Amino acid sequence: MVARKSTKKSNISADDLSKYYRDMLLIRRFEEKAGQLYGMGLIGGFCHLYIGQEAVVVGLEAAADEGDRRITTYRDHGHMLACGMDPNGVMAELTGREGGYSRGKGGSMHMFSTEKRFYGGHGIVGANVPLGAGLAFADKYLGNDRVTFTYFGDGAANQGQVYETFNMAALWALPVIFVIENNQYAMGTSQKRSTSSPDIYTRGQAFGIPGEAVDGMDVLAVKEAGDKAVAHCREGKGPYILEIKTYRYRGHSMSDPAKYRTREEVQKMREEKDAIEHVRELLISGGHASEDDLKAIDREIKEIVNASAEFAKESPEPAVDELWTDIIADVAPQNA
Amino acid sequence: MATEILMPALSPTMEEGTLAKWLVKEGDTVKSGDILAEIETDKATMEFEAVDEGVIGRILIAEGTEGVKVNTPIAMMLEEGESADDVDAAPAREPAPQKASTPTEPKSTPAAAKAPEAPKADTSPDWPEGTEMQTMTVREALNSAMAEEMRRDETVFIMGEEVAEYQGAYKITQNLLDEFGAKRVIDTPITEHGFAGIGVGASWGGLRPIVEFMTWNFAMQAIDQIINSAAKTLYMSGGQMGSPIVFRGPNGAAARVGAQHSQDYAAWYAQVPGLRVVQPYSAACAKGLLKTAIRDPNPVVFLENEILYGRSFEVPKMDDFTIPFGKAKIWREGTDVTIVSFGIGMTYALEAADKLAEDGISAELIDLRTLRPMDTDTVIASVMKTNRCVTVEEGWPVASIGNHISAVLMQKAFDYLDAPVINCTGKDVPMPYAANLEKLALTSTAEVIDAVRQVTYR
Repeated sequence: MVARKSTKKSNISADDLSKYYRDMLLIRRFEEKAGQLYGMGLIGGFCHLYIGQEAVVVGLEAAADEGDRRITTYRDHGHMLACGMDPNGVMAELTGREGGYSRGKGGSMHMFSTEKRFYGGHGIVGANVPLGAGLAFADKYLGNDRVTFTYFGDGAANQGQVYETFNMAALWALPVIFVIENNQYAMGTSQKRSTSSPDIYTRGQAFGIPGEAVDGMDVLAVKEAGDKAVAHCREGKGPYILEIKTYRYRGHSMSDPAKYRTREEVQKMREEKDAIEHVRELLISGGHASEDDLKAIDREIKEIVNASAEFAKESPEPAVDELWTDIIADVAPQNA
Repeated sequence: MATEILMPALSPTMEEGTLAKWLVKEGDTVKSGDILAEIETDKATMEFEAVDEGVIGRILIAEGTEGVKVNTPIAMMLEEGESADDVDAAPAREPAPQKASTPTEPKSTPAAAKAPEAPKADTSPDWPEGTEMQTMTVREALNSAMAEEMRRDETVFIMGEEVAEYQGAYKITQNLLDEFGAKRVIDTPITEHGFAGIGVGASWGGLRPIVEFMTWNFAMQAIDQIINSAAKTLYMSGGQMGSPIVFRGPNGAAARVGAQHSQDYAAWYAQVPGLRVVQPYSAACAKGLLKTAIRDPNPVVFLENEILYGRSFEVPKMDDFTIPFGKAKIWREGTDVTIVSFGIGMTYALEAADKLAEDGISAELIDLRTLRPMDTDTVIASVMKTNRCVTVEEGWPVASIGNHISAVLMQKAFDYLDAPVINCTGKDVPMPYAANLEKLALTSTAEVIDAVRQVTYR
């Protein structure tokens, strides 16, 4: 892990801190609820929870502007909530219901929102990396200054197409931020056992892409690094790599017993590095919020999450006719 | 209020499990994320975490209990201020049934059950009668289709290996760089997987990419992006987002280029819902269909053929000539047998039809042109008239386009068939290099004639 930087409080307002706390807490409580619904058999198939990694996406969303795009892998619920997608629509997609973002046809790994410029939810490890560069290609071609956040994991970082993409993104100076969410385990294989170099971000050097490692358990450090990367891309200097060192508390998916690491390792992370606790302490110690204020936020989040679970249970399964729709488009979709 | 903690499902297939060990006891205070118990599934022993905070009031299922059904209450959790005595330690009950999905028959059923009825074939001409014609090679036709569409729509661009400065490995993109510049005619590194993915992403970002593969053989490196990313996204997104992109390049055998450069992918791609698949034969079809492909909101696999690039055909002189997908072309009408082909297979089919005519056998010749959607109506209507059918393609015989047509005819025109359908295909071997063996590995005019004689018993 990267040592936690001493937090610069000067340029972070109480409102910002409070928003980060709220956004991260929403993801955590949402994911816990999803885990619970999975346990009840209401969510099927694969379900990859984001618990532990909340600071990554919340910090980077704080660095994003209106019109910027984002695309990620299958561990995608946190990204959707952080970019403002409706928790009801996300949860109902997890239960495979009509009220879901893909009307129940995508599932946990396949949701999209062109309105929020969220381009999925992709289930093939590494495949979203060229797709993200392609979104950035479109922005450059269209002559705007938008940036695309392309998230992938330490496991995907060993895929060949990632390096094909690094090469072309650098060659064509595409405005894409490659966000490597390094949670240290590619499913059950630790980084040590799968990856030849400890610092994945340095692989960009071969292509002339600057990059840095960031403490992913510190939302302020993530935001600061995100600001720098965004500025680099917006100035037309091409891609940037952020390797964000983070940690997932749960298994790879719901059916992962996680025997490849010790319980103590997970507990240590939770107790000493938890990103939400960190912001909570900053809010209290800085006098920005009282315990009661935070309890009120907790209650509010709990209500949102419970409502999403209720919505996801009540929403009907898709009509049987849906089996045959959305295979071929008759008119051009409003992608951009 | 006390809440029940239920036996969780911990894998996609788990229905029951063993409550191996409790890690908490009655009266313990727990918070979200604390491990409550170890549960054995059919695959592994999993830790089960608390979701809410509270106090463990009662443990309802003792550790070591086997066969605990998913959703059975295993403990009671108390909220702040409640005591265990407030809670009626209800005996373990059967799990509440979750809302089961009952699949009902969708409205659009496969056509299998329908009684055969003569379909209406769309036999309208591709261009108005009396249109002025010009002679053009397939290469020129493809080139002019792209140039016209790039003039018409600024979001159309082409990327691929050697498409710009080299003017195209097969010169299909000749002069496009001069006219449209390097922003819209883009040379890529030799990284099919990567640039196919970038193309799909660009199509989501508001552009209309044409991705040229130097040959479709190299696109096997990129097939994941073509199928998983381009073809499936409209469906996976519930119709929110589609991929208006054309993947094009030469497909199938050329001449003496060996096994890795000679595969016909028609049947592979034709199997994929969400794709359009086109394999033109003539220059006019190549032009009209490529223009349609570039305008289509869906991903299009456009399969060309190197040997056909230099062949000349009559092409209509029109400001805007397009051909719709899903409309076959009847090259000649006949009464004794229906020959169905597409792409370069048409060269054998046409030659065979000429020779058969000399012997008094009248063949009706259908060029499918698009393989998805496939105009089976035209084929069925023809077979209902001729009662016999031979299919012709260069691809492999197993799960071929001909196999599919045979199945459709069995379902929809069984009573009209006077002979089994014969599929003339490439042989079930990798393409050999030796000239004599390569010839044998492909289908041939002689094979088509022989097949027609078999089905007509003449």
